Amino acid sequence: MSLKQCEGSRAVAEAVALCRPEVICAYPISPQTHIVEALGEMVKSGELQPCEFINVESEFAAMSVAIGASAAGARAYTATASQGLLFMVEAVYNAAGLGLPIVMTVANRAIGAPINIWNDHSDSMSQRDCGWIQLFAETNQEALDLHIQAFRLGEELSLPVMVCMDGFILTHAYERVDMPTQEQVDAFLPPFVPRQVLDPDEPVSIGAMVGPEAFTEVRYLAHAKQMQALELIPQQAAEFRKIFARDSGGLVRPYRCEDAETIVVALGSVLGTIKDVVDEMRAEGHRIGVLGVVSFRPFPLAAVRDALQAARRVVVLEKSLAVGIGGIVSTDVRMALSGLPLPTRTVIAGLGGRAITKASLHKLLRQAQQDELEQLTFLDLDGKLIERHLLREKQMRRSGPLAENILRDVGVVAARIA
Amino acid sequence: MFQVRIHGRGGQGVVSGAEMLSIAAFLQGNYAQAFPSFGSERTGAPVVAFCRIADREIRLREPVMQPDALIIQDPTLLHQVDVFGGLQQDGYVLINTSRSFEALGIGEIATGRRAERLCTVPASELALQHVGRPLPNAALLGGFAALSGMIDLASVAAAVREKFSGKVADGNIAAATAAYDFVQRKMQEAAHVAQAM
Repeated sequence: MSLKQCEGSRAVAEAVALCRPEVICAYPISPQTHIVEALGEMVKSGELQPCEFINVESEFAAMSVAIGASAAGARAYTATASQGLLFMVEAVYNAAGLGLPIVMTVANRAIGAPINIWNDHSDSMSQRDCGWIQLFAETNQEALDLHIQAFRLGEELSLPVMVCMDGFILTHAYERVDMPTQEQVDAFLPPFVPRQVLDPDEPVSIGAMVGPEAFTEVRYLAHAKQMQALELIPQQAAEFRKIFARDSGGLVRPYRCEDAETIVVALGSVLGTIKDVVDEMRAEGHRIGVLGVVSFRPFPLAAVRDALQAARRVVVLEKSLAVGIGGIVSTDVRMALSGLPLPTRTVIAGLGGRAITKASLHKLLRQAQQDELEQLTFLDLDGKLIERHLLREKQMRRSGPLAENILRDVGVVAARIA
Repeated sequence: MFQVRIHGRGGQGVVSGAEMLSIAAFLQGNYAQAFPSFGSERTGAPVVAFCRIADREIRLREPVMQPDALIIQDPTLLHQVDVFGGLQQDGYVLINTSRSFEALGIGEIATGRRAERLCTVPASELALQHVGRPLPNAALLGGFAALSGMIDLASVAAAVREKFSGKVADGNIAAATAAYDFVQRKMQEAAHVAQAM
């Protein structure tokens, strides 16, 4: 292994290259990442071979090409984010339904409208039911480690895996990573032996139409496979630890949850900031901890319940919003806790790149400790802006476009730091 | 933990500056984290980038709001953006200009602060001279090494070599070295004046 200081996207690109992908397809404009840019360079220079890099004409084509490549027995990889993920959705479902072990990085970003290029989890959350395994990285180290695990996991189950890493916050951050050697990755990740393959010598078709006579059974098996993943993910994390000598992946990751009265549940890079806040609050005597959910699909109901059941309250902090109900992750957490008298609060935070600060978390979690949080809280919501707009709507029928109005109310933002 | 905020404009290498600073700190055995302010980058628009340096893993992901050091790549931002927002009382300030704090109209910033931590350096001119383009980021890191001692010049040079190669790297290292010498000389002069007083 070798320590290096590099951008998250670069680290992931190098890790993907160590996994010996045979086909990489990507649509090379925004919202794309530096990951495929770096991989493209590696393929061109001959550093990564045998591998074909296919510049496709859209994200829909990217996933379609990945499906074709995977069905032909090639280890296939792509990356996307935001609207790019939405544009490939039909093919995303097909990749899962066909059981093709494609690995895709989602550099988590918001989806429009309003147009927003910044980080939150709306994009991959919109695909939570698509049948892909979804793993969330806390750091760039974990992001690169999860890609190595994703290929093995996906290929073992014949299921596609999405590795979700916070766009910008991780993808554009320079930090220290421990880059594995080719020997280590080869020891962990065997060559791809597909369960199904398009082979001219033994022709099969993949993708039959299935009517009411068996559709439920096919769907049931998709669910059963994800349940198998619940077993496999911790096993793989343990084997990963043996070869790479560090903890990465797994289903959930508790931090200072022993004897905690309040446990925060979150996904992704915000866990780091929350851990700092937990340490500071612990030093003041607050009994608080945080549970990171690494595997969001499959959702580890039992592991989440185990980790939370001794607490007195749970705060689910999520970077996505299910409009019309509130939390997405919290709905799943509540299911994990069903039957337990454990109040669970939803906090929507960090939407569209709004910074989640320690100061705001301190305030929020102190309120939580006092049982003063509402069912649903929007962190750092600017109430005045909301009131002003609601008043405008009340006062005139033709109140105008929402986003434009709000921006006018906010004024110049270029002078602000955060 | 030591936190640095770099202000500049799109096209001046603000983000690369923070990244190179993180590499230099890493090369000296530290943990470091660099990230941009995630605006939609446009040439000439105000850009902010951050760098944290610590002796243990950095988990915090919020923007740097109380910097221990400010590097200002473009002095025209001084009256446009709240660049000094949250600056620690004993913080470092390095501004890319040939003018003084007073001449820039920010003399009041020095009040109550440690004079030996405030400095200006004509980084764009040095870059123009050594690189052929007025891209001040590497030169400012050289100046920052002299001002703060948080990183040394050799690490700055090594960080530049990770980002650039050939003549561009050589030029940037020369500019960083010139800025390092400039800031060191200026600080020595200031120390002499302080002794004489």
